[in-house]
Amino acid sequence: MSSNSIRTDFPILATEVRGKPLVYLDNAATTQKPQCVIDAISHYYETQNSNVHRAAHYLADLATTAVESSRDKLAEFINAPAREEVIFTRGTTESINLIAGCLDSHLQPGDQILISHAEHHANIVPWQMLAARTGAQLIACNLLDSGDLDLDDFAQKLGPTTKLVAIGHVSNALGTLNPVRDIVQMAKAEGNKDTLVLLDGAQAVGHLSVDVQDLGCDFYAFSGHKMFGPTGIGVVWGRKALLEAMPPWQGGGEMIRTVSITESTYNELPYKYEAGTPNMAGIVGLGAAVDYLNTLPRDELQAQEDKLIAWTLSQLQQVPGIRLVGEPRQRIGAISFVHNEGHPHDLGTLLDQQGIAVRTGHHCAMPLMDHLKLPGTVRASFCLYNQQDDAQRFIDALHKAVTFL
Amino acid sequence: MSDLQEIRDTFELFDDWEDKYRFLIELGKDLPPLAQEHRIEANLIRGCQSQVWLVAEQNAAHDQLDIALDSDAHIVRGLSAVVLAALNHKSPAEILAFDIEGLFTDLDLLQHLSPTRGNGLRAMVAKIREHAQLA
Repeated sequence: MSSNSIRTDFPILATEVRGKPLVYLDNAATTQKPQCVIDAISHYYETQNSNVHRAAHYLADLATTAVESSRDKLAEFINAPAREEVIFTRGTTESINLIAGCLDSHLQPGDQILISHAEHHANIVPWQMLAARTGAQLIACNLLDSGDLDLDDFAQKLGPTTKLVAIGHVSNALGTLNPVRDIVQMAKAEGNKDTLVLLDGAQAVGHLSVDVQDLGCDFYAFSGHKMFGPTGIGVVWGRKALLEAMPPWQGGGEMIRTVSITESTYNELPYKYEAGTPNMAGIVGLGAAVDYLNTLPRDELQAQEDKLIAWTLSQLQQVPGIRLVGEPRQRIGAISFVHNEGHPHDLGTLLDQQGIAVRTGHHCAMPLMDHLKLPGTVRASFCLYNQQDDAQRFIDALHKAVTFL
Repeated sequence: MSDLQEIRDTFELFDDWEDKYRFLIELGKDLPPLAQEHRIEANLIRGCQSQVWLVAEQNAAHDQLDIALDSDAHIVRGLSAVVLAALNHKSPAEILAFDIEGLFTDLDLLQHLSPTRGNGLRAMVAKIREHAQLA
């Protein structure tokens, strides 16, 4: 199957921008949605909508079945050992906040939380807040000039006081694929035996087959909207024993078993962590995105995407004044670069005028930009529907853009 | 300092985006850079994509606001030059009465004032109006 035939599944890709066909290379920010996902959301509202788990009527059964069948699909999608380990959230950010919000008793003053300098703010700030509440210390692993994690530094920073490691599976700003399986093993072997590992999978799930059992992590967080699903829905997967031992996070309906004015008892997993009416249409849409991905030869498409990225990289180096930011050993999805005269915002604006959608700025990774001593970068990010024509038009537009600066 | 009418007339002549953006970038390059002593945190308006520095002083003798702007991005500097041509050395009342959105619409640059742009331009205009209100 080629990207050409896949493109037609995504109606928005036919958009024209100022008379030119859209070239969408901002997939690391959000991917577009195939018609089947859009249809699943409409179909849910047209035929199934009702509040889940609450009522004994026909529509409530349909809605509950639709939501719970999505949970099964998601569990299978990441090879979770149990369906109740799949917690629906608003997205990766909420997923990480949920876990960080429930680990206070896991940390003592003097304990350490280890992240990296390349993390997205969503994988930094919740840990800062947890550290502030518990007296733990947040520390960051250095990066090599290539943009890869400095694994020697990582090993050195692991120790008996490391209670938590939180690392991105794929860097949103540089596209680095981190050796997360090795990182989990190192954390478990060289850290404390209680060291928990959370992986931020936001940039991975749209590209790679994820197997949480093979990765060996304790928590895995991701968003629906970066894997062709709707916005406002995501998942955090966690080991059952941990999720059962952790306290609840938000209080409200759905997450309780009994409530009196003075105390409550809490529902079982996964509902303990799903307070309030969930984003039912979003959950159904995300299930449809998983179904869609399951119909595609994902490995083959990823190999095509990798080739497209390799071609783009080789062409980028021939554009006058362009410098790549990050040349990781293994790259997934994204290319970051700067120009020696123009600001990333200038390039982004000049590309936009030519119908090319890229992201410019700090990519919600200000510590990384400080580390690189850059105000930001231009990021072109690809996914399974991008094809040679997108890459060619991007390179042509960039050649033109640099003549302005 | 470019004259606003001159800028309007020049924009009239452009029939494609290329000429317009080349001109904007030129305007930006011609804008005198803000002295290093003014490029400080207190004068910084942070955008998510680019940053703007703004210094506004009330010139009571002439009942006007003297404004200096700078940005780390060429196009935002060019847009700043347009804002300066419209608002610099004007009285607070004139500044508050000026229809900046109308100007950016006429020049077909309104997209740069949109809240989603994150280029600091919208916040910069709001800040100038704030200074005018306090004057």
